[in-house]
Amino acid sequence: MGLITKSFAPWRNPQILSVSCPLVVQMSTGICCVSASLVIARVVRLQVEKTWNLWDSLSKSGEINTEVARDYPDAELRFTSWLNSDFINRPQTSEPVTAGIRTAIYGSLWTILFTVLVAFPIGVGAAIYLEEYATDTWINRLIQTNINNLAGVPSIVYGILGLAIFVRALEPLTSGQIFGIVDPTTANGRTVLSAGLTLGILVLPLIIINAQEAIRAVPVSLRRASYGIGATKWQTTWSHVLPNSIPGILTGTILAISRAIGETAPLVVVGASTAISFDPASPFSKFTTLPIQIYQWTSRPQDEFRALAAAAILVLLMLLLTLNAAAILLRNRYSGRF
Amino acid sequence: MQQNIETTEKPELVIETRNLNIFYNDFRAVSNVNMSVKRHRITAIIGPSGCGKTTLLRSFNRMNELVPGSHAEGEVIFDGQNLYDPMVDPVEVRYRIGMVFQKANPFPKSIYENIAWSARIHGYRGRMDGLVESCLRQAALWDEVKDKLNQSGLALSGGQQQRLCIARALAVQPEVILMDEPASALDPIATLKIEELMQELKKNYTIVIVTHNMQQAARVSDYTAMMMLSDAQRAGTVIEYNETNIIFTRPQDKRTEDYVTGRFG
Repeated sequence: MGLITKSFAPWRNPQILSVSCPLVVQMSTGICCVSASLVIARVVRLQVEKTWNLWDSLSKSGEINTEVARDYPDAELRFTSWLNSDFINRPQTSEPVTAGIRTAIYGSLWTILFTVLVAFPIGVGAAIYLEEYATDTWINRLIQTNINNLAGVPSIVYGILGLAIFVRALEPLTSGQIFGIVDPTTANGRTVLSAGLTLGILVLPLIIINAQEAIRAVPVSLRRASYGIGATKWQTTWSHVLPNSIPGILTGTILAISRAIGETAPLVVVGASTAISFDPASPFSKFTTLPIQIYQWTSRPQDEFRALAAAAILVLLMLLLTLNAAAILLRNRYSGRF
Repeated sequence: MQQNIETTEKPELVIETRNLNIFYNDFRAVSNVNMSVKRHRITAIIGPSGCGKTTLLRSFNRMNELVPGSHAEGEVIFDGQNLYDPMVDPVEVRYRIGMVFQKANPFPKSIYENIAWSARIHGYRGRMDGLVESCLRQAALWDEVKDKLNQSGLALSGGQQQRLCIARALAVQPEVILMDEPASALDPIATLKIEELMQELKKNYTIVIVTHNMQQAARVSDYTAMMMLSDAQRAGTVIEYNETNIIFTRPQDKRTEDYVTGRFG
């Protein structure tokens, strides 16, 4: 018997026509003792034999049909899109037809959660300090210069920093050991928590700089009004400066997050796993993220995985564009209030 | 002789400066000012642009310190205490000596919140509605805004915004209100309202006003300080300080006379 799959996708990325041949494998379970009872089954598994991209599928369908009929008489030709709801809902597997990106999406979300938890409070706090409290001393100027420079440091450097500090030095913390958590799947400190902390440090300068800009944009007359009635610095900051700069701060944070979501290099160094098929269950789980998954798929020799990578790239792009659109909407909504 | 002063008893001093000098970094903006502000009177500070009127006014509640690099030498005595004593908390000073600015700057909150927030940060725990109404009434704004207390303060007209700022200053019940050209951005009718309001307010508060408008100073104030750049130092100083009617009718200083009669400036 044969199965031919033909798929259509609304974008211009690799499209396939796939042919699969039946394959017989043996599965044995329940080998308990020497005089074992054996369960033997013949399992039919689909296998992709060949794929064509979208352009070829559309323009050369006649040739493809001929080729399939000639070379794979038992196979079925199917026109199918790699990007579908199954692709998003399934965990990663080693088979292209059943592989999905659910684990990668969850990994990305977990990582970003910790990134935000770390970078947002510290970043906004630092921005408030630098804008409202810091005096013009050489040490504060040095800090400011360093923050500006750190925003331009290559991300791989942060990866190495994360490897040294979070994965190695703080391993008892990042692996959950000091909380008494022993996750058998976790190797060392290469966990969601380490990745989140590393990305948190990576985007911290961006968040600080953006928050500083937003705080600076609050008119000085508003601060004067507040001080003029005898408000303290903190009352002024909390009740007037922050509420009026929060749209700008959020815009900057969203843009920083979208940068963090797309980061690959530091996570490779920190030790994101490339092939895991289970969702991260805790901060101390092994993880993979969307960019890591894409990176891994693109390095596979088979065409099908490159098609998968293209589909995953589309998902990642949509995620990033959605975040950036949210940032622009926020900015437009609150701009020009003074 | 004291036509602007209702009572003939000698008014009590509220603020007194002694050899006050104010610097922005190395630049001396105001030099050697000795003047006083009397309780329940309106004191005007007049003079040409750039002579340090606003700087002097701001030094009365230490608002100058918000400008980086500024510092003061000399004393500003308020209630028997030098405001520039290191032990004095500037927040406390600004609480007791309120300020209204040249450009109306209500908080981007509702009219009600503008006043309620001011009272709340100083620990006011009484009936907020009553306080808001009383402040707005004192600022002659109640009738115009009583139906829209939840609207943004920024939705009001310029003159109304300025009166809202005055109401906000009143909410913390200061002893002195400093006004930095409060009517300079307003039309004559709104200006008149502010001036009438000041006459009302001086029954309960002491007011110091900086103004470019000599007619305004002559109309509203009881005492006037004339400031000018001193030729030697290029720093502003008070060249003459006296009752307003004396300044405008029999000034002692030739420069004051030239200025108030419109020969220059």
